[in-house]
Amino acid sequence: MMQAFRFDLCELPDETRGLRADVRAFLATELAKVPAVTRAQTWSGSDPEFSRKMGAKGWIAMTWPKKYGGHERSAFDRYVVLEELLAAGAPVGAHWIGDRQSGPLLMRFGTEEQRQKILPRVAKGECYFCIGMSEPDSGSDLAATRTRADKVEGGYKVNGTKLWTSGAHTAHYMIGLFRTHLDPQNKHAGLTQFLVDLKTTEGITIRPIRDLAGKAHFNEVVFQDAFVPDDMLVGTEGGGWNQVTAELAFERSGPERYLSSFILMVEMIRELEKRGGAEGAREIGRLVAHLVTLRQMSLSVAGMLDKGENPALEASVVKDLGAIFEQDMPVRAHELLGIEPTVGAGSDYEQVLGYLTQTTPSFSLRGGTREILRGIIARGLGLR
Amino acid sequence: MNELQTILADSVNGLLAERVTKNLIQSAEDGVWPEALWSELEANGLTRVLVPEAQGGAGGTWADAAIVLKAAGRHVAPLPLAEAVLAHWLLAEAGIAAPDGVLTVMEGDLTLSAGKLSGTARRVPWGRQAAHGVALVGGNLVLASLDGASVAPDINVAREPRDTLTLKDAAAQSAPVALPENALRLYGALVRACQMAGALDYLAAQTVAYANERTQFGKPIGKFQAIQQQLAVLATQAAATGIAADHACASLKKGDAAFEIAVAKIRADDASSIATSIAHQVHGAIGFTYEHGLHFATRRLWSWRAEFGAGAEWAESLGRETIARGADALWPYVTAR
Ligand SMILES: Cc1cc2nc3c(=O)[nH]c(=O)nc-3n(C[C@H](O)[C@H](O)[C@H](O)COP(=O)(O)OP(=O)(O)OC[C@H]3O[C@@H](n4cnc5c(N)ncnc54)[C@H](O)[C@@H]3O)c2cc1C
Repeated sequence: MMQAFRFDLCELPDETRGLRADVRAFLATELAKVPAVTRAQTWSGSDPEFSRKMGAKGWIAMTWPKKYGGHERSAFDRYVVLEELLAAGAPVGAHWIGDRQSGPLLMRFGTEEQRQKILPRVAKGECYFCIGMSEPDSGSDLAATRTRADKVEGGYKVNGTKLWTSGAHTAHYMIGLFRTHLDPQNKHAGLTQFLVDLKTTEGITIRPIRDLAGKAHFNEVVFQDAFVPDDMLVGTEGGGWNQVTAELAFERSGPERYLSSFILMVEMIRELEKRGGAEGAREIGRLVAHLVTLRQMSLSVAGMLDKGENPALEASVVKDLGAIFEQDMPVRAHELLGIEPTVGAGSDYEQVLGYLTQTTPSFSLRGGTREILRGIIARGLGLR
Repeated sequence: MNELQTILADSVNGLLAERVTKNLIQSAEDGVWPEALWSELEANGLTRVLVPEAQGGAGGTWADAAIVLKAAGRHVAPLPLAEAVLAHWLLAEAGIAAPDGVLTVMEGDLTLSAGKLSGTARRVPWGRQAAHGVALVGGNLVLASLDGASVAPDINVAREPRDTLTLKDAAAQSAPVALPENALRLYGALVRACQMAGALDYLAAQTVAYANERTQFGKPIGKFQAIQQQLAVLATQAAATGIAADHACASLKKGDAAFEIAVAKIRADDASSIATSIAHQVHGAIGFTYEHGLHFATRRLWSWRAEFGAGAEWAESLGRETIARGADALWPYVTAR
């Protein structure tokens, strides 16, 4: 029998209902005037003011200890808030990474001083993070990281280039994966994670990169003799590979991995309300079936996280299936309705389609490509 | 799964793994009724998993039934276990005592008059074998004797009996039930979705195992990345179907689960098309032979995905309801279920 991965049903506790209603009411007011095409960006959209409001509501760092500014709530409370934000298309990008992975990473591997200094600000929605993993020659092959951190008096001198760093232009900190030691026999050894203060460190140049739609939300980050003090090392020197693997489990486990095209689904239904017809109904019915199933799988992962289990494999499954669903959406919309996508003008549907048609290729790249995820799943199946 | 469910899963899977041999399936496909296995399933109470204890059943929930139904699919048990589980549940819901002998469910143009059932039921699973059939006529659940029914035998692609039964004034008992008009199709779709989840688990396990055994170019084909990627897809499709079926079963304890059942049947249908294709591709020619057992599962999936409403049929009604509720109601609806 298949024991490779397990998806146990996980029902949200009834106590989460009130919270859901609160979040929904808050978003209804906050987003009332935000156009659909802006909401379609969901967790790629960034709005520090909105993030601070989230912090004030206590909807960031929800599960963290109070001593770090957290709210000690359950993983399910957090899940409900996340899925409501995503489904409504809230601009959560600024604080998303800190809340999802950098904060939890510091909680697990950071020093007490790092936690005290940074986490409460993350919780307030004031301090933002970016992920410094990819490089020009190190994409899927993350262990090929070349950016070097060489030991010097009191710290490390960093040289190299990080690439595709989402939000580096607005973030306060990067968690960077650098090479502190080169062992040609073992490229997974000698990697170390660092907290990099992007606002004050000299020798860092951040250049925005325009994506195919003309938007600049990811960057090239060049380090030239940038000095990072000893107390900014995260975890253990040389332990970066294990730490980054744990971090990727956080990165891949959330509902954003299947809800990125949800706003288009809503706009498709709005179009079909006018048109009717069996074909459109069938398409929507199928999409609903996939949506509901993915939500159950995603909840199951949340349940594992709540129990302190490691759902890395299950998260890869949801991310792979989720990306297919998200990428299928504009294709289905196009085949069904045949309406030309637009940019800058047009109906909500046309603009959302314009945005997502151009954006969906990234959904099976960011956070680990489809092929890499399937490789992880295949390993779980005992094939590698 | 709780502890009792683990015990149930172990025992039903153990029993079926031992009894449902290739020979047994083949002889069933040649028209031989597996009497001994049927008696054993009945003796073990597996057909009455959903019947309350007070009525001589196991008093199980739909989550328990899912375990039995998935096992029936996983081991491709060639008898109407799923149909009997459903029929017994319907009878219990209506408060009609279940008779002995093989039970099946019937859909068709049936009329009940003065305690007699008449009309034609098409594609009745194991109609030829069943002593009694359960049908929904109007708001009534009907248990009819199939003693005098005329049987036009037929089969589905999996060579499971799907017979046309013509009844003339068949002796029947009936009682009103508080179930939707399409309950037979709905719950039929649910039991099929569960069976499909089981069959898909089997396909994934079998295909991974084969890929680890079969050697070409000096290594197991499972070492080729192209094969690994396909197997990952197969396994994720099986997992999705499994949780969709579990979700539908779990939702029944809250009452109406028509929405979740439609979701499960659609998801199972989509997964079956992808998974059967991958399983056969990875098995090569050997999987295309009658001798190799792979097709016992794939042919069932090809039939089951269309039975009790294909994915397309359920998707259309689910889609119509969704559109009628309106775009902005989608998320509130999904999260309120
Ligand atoms: C919108 C967006 C935002 C991003 N944000 C960040 C960020 O904030 N921080 C960050 O560090 N990175 C970020 N990334 C980078 C992302 O993690 C990488 O794009 C990803 O890891 C793939 O690397 P690559 O682009 O170099 O592609 P490559 O690794 O060169 O892959 C190209 C193709 O080859 C395939 N391939 C590669 N290796 C194998 C293999 N072993 N087997 C089979 N196929 C293989 C890949 O699957 C892919 O199809 C972002 C990317 C995008 C698109």
